[in-house]
Amino acid sequence: MSATTIAISEVPVRPVTLRLHEWVTTVDHKRLGVLYVVYALIFLALGGIEATIIRLQLIRPHNALVSPQVFNRMFTMHGTTMIFFVAMPMLFGFANYLVPLMIGARDMAFPRLNAFSFWMTALGGIFLYFSYFGGDGLYGAGSAPDVGWFAYAPLTAKTFSVGHSTDFWTLSLLSSGIGSIGTAINIIATTLCMRCPGMTLGKMPLLVWLNFVMAGLVILAVSPLSAAQLMLVVDRYLGGHFFDTQAGGSAVIWMHFFWIFGHPEVYVLVLPAFAFASEIIPVFSRKAIFGYPVMVLATIAIGFIGMSVWAHHMFTVGMSAGANTFFVLSTMAIAVPTGIKIFNWLATMWGGKIRFATPMLFCVAFLFQFLIAGLTGVTLAVAPLDWQLSNSYYVVAHFHYVIVGGILFCIFGAFYYWFPKFSGKMYDEALGKLHFWLFVIGFHLTFDFMHVPGILGMPRRIYTYEPGRGWDIWNLIVTIGVAFQAAGILVFAANLVWSYFRGKRAGNDPWDAWTLEWSTSSPPPAYNYAQVPSVRSRRPLWDLKHPEDPDWRYE
Amino acid sequence: MSPTNIFAPVSTPAESIYGLSVFVFSIVAVIFVVVFALLAYVVVRFRNQRSSTEPTQIYGSTQVELAWTVIPVLIVVALFLATARVIGSVQNQPRPQNAIEVTVTGHQYWWEYRYPGLNVVTANELHVPVSDPAHPTPTFLTLLSADTDHSFWVPRLGGKTDLIPNHPNQMWIDPHETGLFVGQCAQYCGTQHAKMLLRVYVQSREDFERWVHEQQQLPQIAASAGKRVFESTACVNCHTVSGTPAKGRFGPDLTHLMSRDTIAAGAADNTPEMLSLWIRNPDAIKPGSKMPAMGLSDQDASSVTAYLETLR
Repeated sequence: MSATTIAISEVPVRPVTLRLHEWVTTVDHKRLGVLYVVYALIFLALGGIEATIIRLQLIRPHNALVSPQVFNRMFTMHGTTMIFFVAMPMLFGFANYLVPLMIGARDMAFPRLNAFSFWMTALGGIFLYFSYFGGDGLYGAGSAPDVGWFAYAPLTAKTFSVGHSTDFWTLSLLSSGIGSIGTAINIIATTLCMRCPGMTLGKMPLLVWLNFVMAGLVILAVSPLSAAQLMLVVDRYLGGHFFDTQAGGSAVIWMHFFWIFGHPEVYVLVLPAFAFASEIIPVFSRKAIFGYPVMVLATIAIGFIGMSVWAHHMFTVGMSAGANTFFVLSTMAIAVPTGIKIFNWLATMWGGKIRFATPMLFCVAFLFQFLIAGLTGVTLAVAPLDWQLSNSYYVVAHFHYVIVGGILFCIFGAFYYWFPKFSGKMYDEALGKLHFWLFVIGFHLTFDFMHVPGILGMPRRIYTYEPGRGWDIWNLIVTIGVAFQAAGILVFAANLVWSYFRGKRAGNDPWDAWTLEWSTSSPPPAYNYAQVPSVRSRRPLWDLKHPEDPDWRYE
Repeated sequence: MSPTNIFAPVSTPAESIYGLSVFVFSIVAVIFVVVFALLAYVVVRFRNQRSSTEPTQIYGSTQVELAWTVIPVLIVVALFLATARVIGSVQNQPRPQNAIEVTVTGHQYWWEYRYPGLNVVTANELHVPVSDPAHPTPTFLTLLSADTDHSFWVPRLGGKTDLIPNHPNQMWIDPHETGLFVGQCAQYCGTQHAKMLLRVYVQSREDFERWVHEQQQLPQIAASAGKRVFESTACVNCHTVSGTPAKGRFGPDLTHLMSRDTIAAGAADNTPEMLSLWIRNPDAIKPGSKMPAMGLSDQDASSVTAYLETLR
């Protein structure tokens, strides 16, 4: 591979409207990636405010900060926002930006589909929050949706959800679902068709592999969700009776439709997070990833098994003993490939030269926290234990451990790792470490102690609780943790903004890394590579930097 | 101690779950300690190495990979077999002849209990007999819903089971101790999901039979101003008082209202003051409940309260 950086001719300064127009009409995968990420950050702030209101209301028993109606909207909006308008667009943004760069391509396979998908997702978020203005429909019917993020039937039927808030929720998920499927098709096509010469499937960076499997899961999982949304619209407006229990419909069918989306969705979110860890841990341990083929196989195994575990969300629904037993087995089985991944990351670090820059700090914390999240997941896979803990705060603590302690920590790691590539500037390391420690403290105060009220019988989604149940002190600690997390987020935002304008120049390859994106300039030019690179191993830049000991001799 | 601690079981299903959970949490704790120690060791041992060269590159090892695939598989098999056994023992429990039958119907936001064999109807406060392990008298609950999804959860008596419209479910309990056991609805069912509280009174055989006998009697009702107001307003659309024209089924049966400790599904104590407040302004106790403010004059409200006070 030859040197790929070239001088970019100076572009004259253009008026703001023109530049804005360029962003709105762009089909460049990097700009769309940035749009996704910025969009997700805005919704992260909204979802965070909703979470803070929830926690302030629960700080003590019989608190009256918000009404039950407002509280129910808060947890519905918080869940929907964080899953569909923070986690997914954030991870799609990174995939959009990184996949073409890492396979030596100049763009995604379908650039215009890419733009269409982003704007459909954006429209989804706008629909959701427009419900605050347009949700009433009927005087006094209430604004934002309040049916919970999994919106169990028949709570969504016209009888129980008057007005239009549920309709906006449905439209929002339909719209963003179309966007997600479009992006998934794009990632699959890009991965299969756009790899540079020499990059066989077995030589793709793990990040690309994981996003490839994630895209497959998106197509399988989001389609039934979209179908269920359409059926719900038919129920509400065209006299259908799919989920209308008062006319013989089935509430349980909705649960199946939702969770056959909802559980693979967890892997849709966690695989890209694994992808970040699989790139960051080797670079900061100065070692090749341990067991690349096994990592790929484990990913594919997670994809397949992940499609057969959904009803572990339904152990309390009254399935037969046989059905419950099957879903116990499939759910426990998925712990095996996930465990393999943790052990392989550990082996990658073993014997390495670990440097704790901010991206690595987040990834190491992720390993510890994901270990705990996985183990509480095993306890919940035990159906009888789930009969006790399902819908309790133990479950809430468990899935926040996965989504915050696992996925969000990896996303923060990815932010710091690729920020120099995206912006051309170096972030501030001291602020990065401050963000890390504030967030670690806040995370553990909130989500470690949240397990306890669940074990003591506290159900989720209650706007207040009775004193004398032994829940008070735990809820107080959980709420205190929120302050630390919020402070961490503010430091993070300040770091991004300050570094973007004032940061030192990062150069092409600040981490002495090994994948293709570090061979082009920071930020990369519109066409990514002046000359299409060709590779001989999984770490092309290692080969370049160590011509005496290249990887391709061993792979 | 928390009255809703899942680790303080007093009924067979809750006890089997507790036994299994001790096994599962022990295994999980061992895995945690081992992997945590390994991670901590790696992080401490290999940090900030002072050498200018790159460490030795190792690409993988089939033996090691095989080891950390096979060992987790064996652990999963052990956990699975233990779990499958408890699922079978709880879900496939045969129903003995002397079991108490109760049909539980979830409503937004209260519980209706019907004892079909005993001709008893009550609300929110479930009475069951204690079950001697030597001569079990379990209570089998048939779970129905009149509107949205609910879930019956009294942690010390057993795991939760959902009440789903058009989808009858079953669960059973056999409490080994007398006393009051509390819980609450565990499936989000609407605005007042939080105040759909559950109380289960486990009574000795004699106390339970006395309670049943009392519930089967018709209350002594004399004509009164309050009764007249009650029967000439919308109260009767939703509430039943046996032996009177009030035959509504939408709200709780009030025939023996005064035998209950709480009103509004546990949201308030059953005192004359709370009862009167509940009649005049339910939103003051439970905002968003389905009970409307009846708009009675002060005089009518207090006479209705007085009438309800006679329903023993």
